[in-house]
Amino acid sequence: MSNLLDVANLTKRFGGVTAVDDCSFGVEEHSITALIGPNGSGKTTAFNMITGYLPADSGHIVFGGAKMSRPRPAQLARLGLCRTFQQARVFNQLSTRENLVAASQPSWRQLFGARSTAADREQADELLADFNLSDQADKLARELSYGQRKLLEFAAALVGSPRLILLDEPSAGVNPVMIETMERHVRSRHAAGATFLIVEHDMNLVMRLCDPIIVLDQGSPIATGTPSEIQMNSAVLDAYLGA
Amino acid sequence: MTVVRRAGLALLLTAAVLVGFVGVTHWIMNIFIFTVMYAGLATGWNLVGGFAGYTSLGHAAFFGIGAYAMDVTFEHHSIGAGYVPFAILPFIGIGVAALSIPLGWIAMRTRAATFAIVTITLLFVVQTLAFNLKSITHGSQGMGITPPPFALHTYERPFYVAMLAMLVLALLITWYVQRSKLGLALAAIRDDEDKAHGVGVHVTAVKLIAFSTSVAIASMIGAVWAYYVLFIYPQFAVDPLISIGIVLMVFLGGKGTLWGPALGALIVVPAQQYFAYELGASKLYLIAYAGLFLVIMLFLPQGIIPSLASWADRNRHRRARTLSGGQLVSPPLHELLP
Amino acid sequence: MHLLVQSIIVGVLTGGVYALMATGQTLIFGVMRVINVAQGAMVILAAYLSSSLFSSFGIDPFLSILITAPILFVLGFTIHATFLRRLRPEQNELSLLIMFAVALGIEGVLGLAYSTTYRSIQTGYVNRSFTVAGYHVALVRLLAFGLSAVILVGLFLLLNRSRFGRSVRATVQNPTSARLLGVEPTRVAAIGFGLGAATAAAAGAVYGLVYPFNGGSHYDLISRLLSIVMLGGLGSLGGSVIAALVMGVAESVVAANVSPIWSSFTFFAVLLAVLVFRPRGLFGVAQRGAL
Repeated sequence: MSNLLDVANLTKRFGGVTAVDDCSFGVEEHSITALIGPNGSGKTTAFNMITGYLPADSGHIVFGGAKMSRPRPAQLARLGLCRTFQQARVFNQLSTRENLVAASQPSWRQLFGARSTAADREQADELLADFNLSDQADKLARELSYGQRKLLEFAAALVGSPRLILLDEPSAGVNPVMIETMERHVRSRHAAGATFLIVEHDMNLVMRLCDPIIVLDQGSPIATGTPSEIQMNSAVLDAYLGA
Repeated sequence: MTVVRRAGLALLLTAAVLVGFVGVTHWIMNIFIFTVMYAGLATGWNLVGGFAGYTSLGHAAFFGIGAYAMDVTFEHHSIGAGYVPFAILPFIGIGVAALSIPLGWIAMRTRAATFAIVTITLLFVVQTLAFNLKSITHGSQGMGITPPPFALHTYERPFYVAMLAMLVLALLITWYVQRSKLGLALAAIRDDEDKAHGVGVHVTAVKLIAFSTSVAIASMIGAVWAYYVLFIYPQFAVDPLISIGIVLMVFLGGKGTLWGPALGALIVVPAQQYFAYELGASKLYLIAYAGLFLVIMLFLPQGIIPSLASWADRNRHRRARTLSGGQLVSPPLHELLP
Repeated sequence: MHLLVQSIIVGVLTGGVYALMATGQTLIFGVMRVINVAQGAMVILAAYLSSSLFSSFGIDPFLSILITAPILFVLGFTIHATFLRRLRPEQNELSLLIMFAVALGIEGVLGLAYSTTYRSIQTGYVNRSFTVAGYHVALVRLLAFGLSAVILVGLFLLLNRSRFGRSVRATVQNPTSARLLGVEPTRVAAIGFGLGAATAAAAGAVYGLVYPFNGGSHYDLISRLLSIVMLGGLGSLGGSVIAALVMGVAESVVAANVSPIWSSFTFFAVLLAVLVFRPRGLFGVAQRGAL
C-alpha cells in the first residue's frame, strides 16, 4: 500500500531548542496511525508543521502525491486534509449547525449564495444526528459542554469527507463515555475509508485503536510498529522512562 | 411577521426620504445630512469592523480619497454642474475598491490592535499626501468646486437624498452579507481566523471583499460630502476624528448588527452637532466627545442592539420556562436581531 | 557628502529622542498589551507643563522634568486604574480605542488651557550650537540625546537588575505564573504604565525645546511613534531603540537630501516595506500560544 502522507526531514528550531529534528515518517492510506511520545517530544509541533500552521525551517510533506514545503491550512483542507486542535477550537459565536456549514468549503459561487441552503442544513443535521448533537443544533457553540465542543470540532473536520484526518489528543479533558464515543466515530469513519493520524496520550486508547504506532522522541521517530511491537521495544521504554 | 417588517421598512424609508423635504432651516437640514452621512459610513465600516472583526481606523483615508477624487474630476474635466456629478459616484467607488485591494492585502496580514495601527498609519499617509501633492490637491490651500445651481431654499435636498442613497446601499449590502455564506465566513474569521483557514474558508479573499466594499462606500460618501461642502482641506477631508467617530457610533449601536451602526449615528451625530453648537467649536467639545467615548467603551462595549437582544433573549427564556416548565431550544441570536 | 553626514548626525540625535518616547510606549505595551496611542498626547502635555514652569517660574526645562515626571506618573497610574485595569490582555483593540479617547481628552484640555497657537520653549541656550570637524551640532539636541541615553540606560538597569524589573519581565512573559510567584500583575502593570507615562515627561521637555508645538501636535508624534514600535516589533525594547534611530536617520537624510515635506513619509514607506516582508516587525518574535 502506498502512503497517503509522507513527512520528509521536517525540522523546527525555537531559539536554541530543536523541537522537531529531521523528522520523517509516512502515513499509510486507510490506516489509523498514532503519533506518540513523551511530553516535549515534538508531536504537536510536527502536527502544526504538517497542517501548515507553523512554517518548517526545512523539510517538506507529500500529501496525496503533491509535494509541499510550505503547505497552507486552507489548501490542505481543499485537498482533503483536516485537523482538530487539542483545546477543541470551534466557532463560539456560531450555532452548532452553522459550525458545520462554515466548514463545508463552498465554491466561489456558493460563497455569494444563501448562508445556509436546504442542502447545507440537511448535510449538517445528518452529521449532528450521527454525533448525538441534534438537540444542540441551534445553540451557540460556546453554550456547549467541553466534550460536546470536542465532538463538534471532530464533526466539522469530517464535513468535506476528507481523506486524512489529524486528531490532536481527542481524549484530552473529556470523560470516559465521551472517549468511547470518539473511538466509535474514528472506527466508523475508518470503515468508510478515511485515514487517521492521531496524537494521543491515553495509551489504552492508542493500543486499542491504532496501527501502526510511530514513537517520537526529541523531535524524531525512534520506533514504528504494531502496538505489540511498540510495547516490547526497549528504545521506547527508555524514552518514556527517561533511562 | 415579514409583512409587518416589510411594511415597517417601507414606512421607515419613506419617512427618511420625506425628512429631506420638510421645510426646515438650513442648519437643521445640515444636521440631517451629517447624520445620514455618518450612518452610511458606520454601516459600511461595520462590514469590516463588525463582521470581520478588524477594527479599521483608516476609513477616513478612503473618505478623503473619495472627496479628492470628486474635486479633481471637477477641476480637470467639465462634468457639468447640478446632478451630473452624482453620476460619477459609482466610478469613484469602483476605483477606490480596486486601489484598496493591495492596501488591504498588506494591512490584513496583521491582526487586532496591529491592524488598527496600520490603518491609522495609512490615514496619516493619505493626509500627508493630500498636503504634499500640491499639483493635484493644492495642499493646505484646499480645493474648491463651483456651487451647483440648486434653488437656495431647497439647496440641501439633492445632497440629503444622495447621502440617504449611500446609506440604503450600505444597509442592503450588509443585509445581503448577513444572509450569504460571505457573512458566515466573516463570522468564522472573526471568531477564530486560524481555525477558519483550517476548515477551508477562503479567508484572505473574504476579508478583502469586505474591506474593499467597506472602503468603497466610505469613498463614495466622501465624494458626496466634498460636493456638499464645496471646499475641502487635507485636515478635514482626512480627519482621524472621522475614523474615531465611526468606530464610536458602531460600538454604541452594536458591532456586527444590521441596524446598530445607523442607530449609533442617529444618537451620536445630533449630540455631536448640539455640542458643537452649544459649546462652540471649542476644545470643550473635544473633551465632551472623549468623555462620551470613554463611557460607551467602559459601560456599553457590547452596544445597544446586542444588549437589547440578550435582554429580550433572557426574557423570552424566562417566560417560556414558566410556560413549558423548562426545556426550551433557544432561538439563534441572529433571528432576534432586526 | 558633507550634507549626508550632517543629516545623519541630526538624525541620530533626533532618533535618541524618538527612542525615549517609543520606549515608554513599548514598556506600556509590555506590561499591559495596551497600544498607547496617547503617548504622543502625553509628550505634548509634558511639553506644555515644562513650558509653563519655565515661563512662570523660570525653571529650566531639563530641571522641570523632576516635577513633570511624577505628575505624568500619577496620570499614567490613574488612567490604568480607571480605564484599563478591568480589561483582559486580548481586548487590546478596546484599550487602544480607550487610549485614543484619552488622547482626544488631553488634546481638548490643552486646547482649553492654552490656545491652539504654536509655542516653543525659548531658553537662553536654545539656539546655541558648536562645530565639530566642520559639522554643526545644536547644543539642545545634543543635551536631549544625552538625556535620552541616560534615561534609557536607567530604564534598562531598572528592568534587568531590580526586583521590580524582574516582576515586570515575569508579567510580560506570563501573568498567570507571575501571580503564582507572588507578583501582583495588576500592580506591576499600573506602575509600568506610570513609568511609561513618566518617560513622556522627559521626552516632552526635550521636544518643547527642539520643536514648536500645539495641542494637535500629538497626531504628528503618534504616527511616527506607531511606525517606530511596529518596525521594532511590538514589545521589544531593544528593537524600538534601534528602530527609533533608524527612523530618525532616515527622516533626517530624506529631509536634507530630498525634501523636508517628504520626510515624515519615510516612516510610512519603511513601515510598509517591513509589513510586507516581516509582519511582526524587525525584532518581533513569533508569539507563542498563538495556536
